[in-house]
Amino acid sequence: MSTQANRRNWGARLVVLLPYLWLVIFFLVPFVIVLKISLSQTALALPPYVPVFDLAAGWAGLMEFTTQLSVDSFRLLSSDAIYLFSYFKSLQIAAISTILLLAIGYPIAYGMARAPRAWQPLLVMAVVLPFWTSFLIRIYAWINILQRDGLLNDVLMRLHVIDTPAAWLSSDTAIYIGVVYSYLPFMVLPLYAALERMDESLLEAAADLGCPRWKTFWLVTLPLSLPGVAAGALLCFIPIVGEFVIPDLLGGSETMMIGQTLWTEFFSNRDWPVASAIAVSLLVLLLLPILFYERFQQRALEGGQ
Amino acid sequence: MADGGDAAQEKAASEKPPLVRFEAVTKRFGTVAAIEALSLDIAQGEFFALLGPSGCGKTTLLRMLAGFETPTEGRILLDGEDIGAVQPHERPVNMMFQSYALFPHLTVEGNISFGLRQENATRAEISERVAEMLALVRLQGFGERRIGQLSGGQRQRVALARSLIKRPRVLLLDEPLAALDKKLRAETQFELMELQRRLATTFVIVTHDQEEAMIVADRIAVMNHGRVMQVAPPPEIYERPNSRWVADFIGEATIVEGRISASGTMDSALGQLRVANTGGARSGDTVWLALRPEKIGVSSERLAGELNTVPGTVSEIGYRGDISIYKVRLADRSLMKVALANVGARGRALFKADDLVWVSWPPDAGVVLYS
Amino acid sequence: MRRGASSFNIISVVLGLAFLYLPITILVIYSFNASRLVTIWGGWSLAWYRELLHDDAVLQAAWISLRVAVLSASAATILGTFAAVALTRMGRFRGRLLFSGMVYAPLVIPEVITGLSLLLLFVALNMDRGFWTIVIAHTTLTMCFVAVIVQSRLISFDRSLEEAAMDLGCPPVKTFLTITLRLIAPAIAAGWMLAFSLSLDDLVIASFTTGPGATTLPIRIYSEVRMGVKPEINAVCTVMIAIVAVGTVAASLIAKSGTTKREHAALGAQV
Repeated sequence: MSTQANRRNWGARLVVLLPYLWLVIFFLVPFVIVLKISLSQTALALPPYVPVFDLAAGWAGLMEFTTQLSVDSFRLLSSDAIYLFSYFKSLQIAAISTILLLAIGYPIAYGMARAPRAWQPLLVMAVVLPFWTSFLIRIYAWINILQRDGLLNDVLMRLHVIDTPAAWLSSDTAIYIGVVYSYLPFMVLPLYAALERMDESLLEAAADLGCPRWKTFWLVTLPLSLPGVAAGALLCFIPIVGEFVIPDLLGGSETMMIGQTLWTEFFSNRDWPVASAIAVSLLVLLLLPILFYERFQQRALEGGQ
Repeated sequence: MADGGDAAQEKAASEKPPLVRFEAVTKRFGTVAAIEALSLDIAQGEFFALLGPSGCGKTTLLRMLAGFETPTEGRILLDGEDIGAVQPHERPVNMMFQSYALFPHLTVEGNISFGLRQENATRAEISERVAEMLALVRLQGFGERRIGQLSGGQRQRVALARSLIKRPRVLLLDEPLAALDKKLRAETQFELMELQRRLATTFVIVTHDQEEAMIVADRIAVMNHGRVMQVAPPPEIYERPNSRWVADFIGEATIVEGRISASGTMDSALGQLRVANTGGARSGDTVWLALRPEKIGVSSERLAGELNTVPGTVSEIGYRGDISIYKVRLADRSLMKVALANVGARGRALFKADDLVWVSWPPDAGVVLYS
Repeated sequence: MRRGASSFNIISVVLGLAFLYLPITILVIYSFNASRLVTIWGGWSLAWYRELLHDDAVLQAAWISLRVAVLSASAATILGTFAAVALTRMGRFRGRLLFSGMVYAPLVIPEVITGLSLLLLFVALNMDRGFWTIVIAHTTLTMCFVAVIVQSRLISFDRSLEEAAMDLGCPPVKTFLTITLRLIAPAIAAGWMLAFSLSLDDLVIASFTTGPGATTLPIRIYSEVRMGVKPEINAVCTVMIAIVAVGTVAASLIAKSGTTKREHAALGAQV
């Protein structure tokens, strides 16, 4: 009996330890490293930064190590206008996109929730299916449509809405289209989940007490769906801030979202410390929304248990 | 802890040792005590009912017997052995769940045979016992059906067969008939009784439906707030409740408060009443008289004789078909409930509202209660 | 929420779905366009598909992507399921808050950050970057998605089924493996498929953690796409869409029908 309990204990420990250790090694530790690199200086070496942490150097090595750390990278970020502009741009695009996503996603989620029960799994699958196809492909598909000699211009010219092809691509508009297109499932699904769960009898009670349809929506449905709204908004806003692919493929050369800046610093300028500093400052910037999101997940976890 | 039916319990204990014994069991969830120092014996082969309002702890008690909860204090003995440390899958106790908890990915046969497969029984044994169970619950030929294809009543029978196949020492039933409609429930109650008698297995049923408990059980434990109020066979619970709470919880009763004046009489707001069975009560003790509606008579004139008679006015009449319930307002503004069988009445009540009547009952019709 | 959809509701859903599927449909159609230009329809042609078959670079990248996806999805499913079980069934163990934080964070943290941090780890550990570093990176990212899916299924799982199994003599561990896991298997499978498609699709993290000789398909496509639309890319994309579509439909069909036969086989095997 005790050996069985023992075996069960070890089994339970393994179940927790395996993913735990994995995440500590491949998620937590890397962040510490990023922090460390952000405090380093560029060097024409391999790896391209100093100081390099060397355990063999012992205690003296550690002292030397700490004296060589510098906050130069962060100073650069806070002083150079390019970076500040990049942060601002990212936040702006993320905020506007999130609002657009809400405006477009809510009616879709609402329509799905009101559909006949038998159709709902199908609708969910229909919304999710594009998500299964490659993200890159979907953005690329928009290039097809938005480019100068692309489909949109073709259609608009045939309809005589415009005379010469307009530059849809390489603009903020294209970024917004791409972002909304890619993140729509992330907004629709949490909203749908919250709306679908709503108790129909609450709406009937409101109607019984004299509320017209629109008022019922405003006073009952909308407030009750707010957790879904918050979840969807956070799930979209946070990653959009750091987006790279969409602004890179669809945006113009004047727009540099912070994700692109990081990429450029790392791959083009080979400036690892600055790239790391960008990553660290981006995390700090997003810390509050991330914490909010974690709080949500915790509450969902508690509620289920 | 009130423990009526001491005599019955002692009698059962002296005849043979109890199958199940709860010894001063307490169960706390955080700071809340769901069960409070509860002691109870369940005899071999009896159909035992745990009855009480929601939150009284009856389901917790059942789950402790199944092994899904462990007592915070006290012991639980099965066949004289402490089973507190025994895991649920090792106990010779099986349970029929309120939601049936049938495995959706297995057929009827798969569900019923599940318990035997855990024991590594042979294929021949399994098919034989499954056939036996299917015949027992009258579901022959249903073996290959999927659970989703069954009606509520059929699912209930599969759940029953599944829990009986291992021939457990005790079968636990957690509100097994709650999901059935009234007619089906009544039929199934008798089926359960017959089954229990045939198998001679100890059944412990948890229910909030007192009618159900009264019909099926050999003995009932009435519970409230984690304590047992009374343990006794149904007739005794009904005719001789041991407290006002039990008298009020089981069936209907009118409770009259008074004081013993002399042996055989009590003073009350309704006047001096003749009572039998005052037991050890002394003059001056406060007591309560519990009267069942069917034991009180209503007449337009005062009846003579040994009866207690009280005047009143008919306040309301409830027609139920088989009986009519009259609510009579007495001199002290209290309401007395009287039930009269509608024999020969043919839809016409004997009395109308506001009629002046006399209610009457013999001295031995009520029960004198001390708590 | 089912009092009947108004016309506004129906229109929003239809428009929404149209918006989602239109670009993909256009892409698929134009992969068969004989003309290079999007604005001119040159007739139906399989020319680009033929060119695709001769494009070794693309084919090799596809093969690498496929292997990475299968390996990382499988590892992620195991780790993610473990994580989900740990979060829902293990109560309040020490470090649970940190653990759940780590499980959910990759869902929202921008990929450039996770990609950069993983690369820096590999550099610090002096690991050669290539096939295996991408596998590790993808596993780390996608296990979180698996964990979320499996966890939500576990939370809504009817525990009285587990109690019934234990009551009938099935030990707790066996109950979990044969009853619980068996019944949440569709969610685990969905997790695998999600991890697979996320890995197959990932550009940013793969770019950071790749090495010589480990060019994945998205990296390949991306480098081609930066220079503009190319019809061969349309063909590649259509093939990928077709695979995903067929896979999803097949999976849902299997989930619906195959059970009866499997059940019987399983029952027979149990004795």
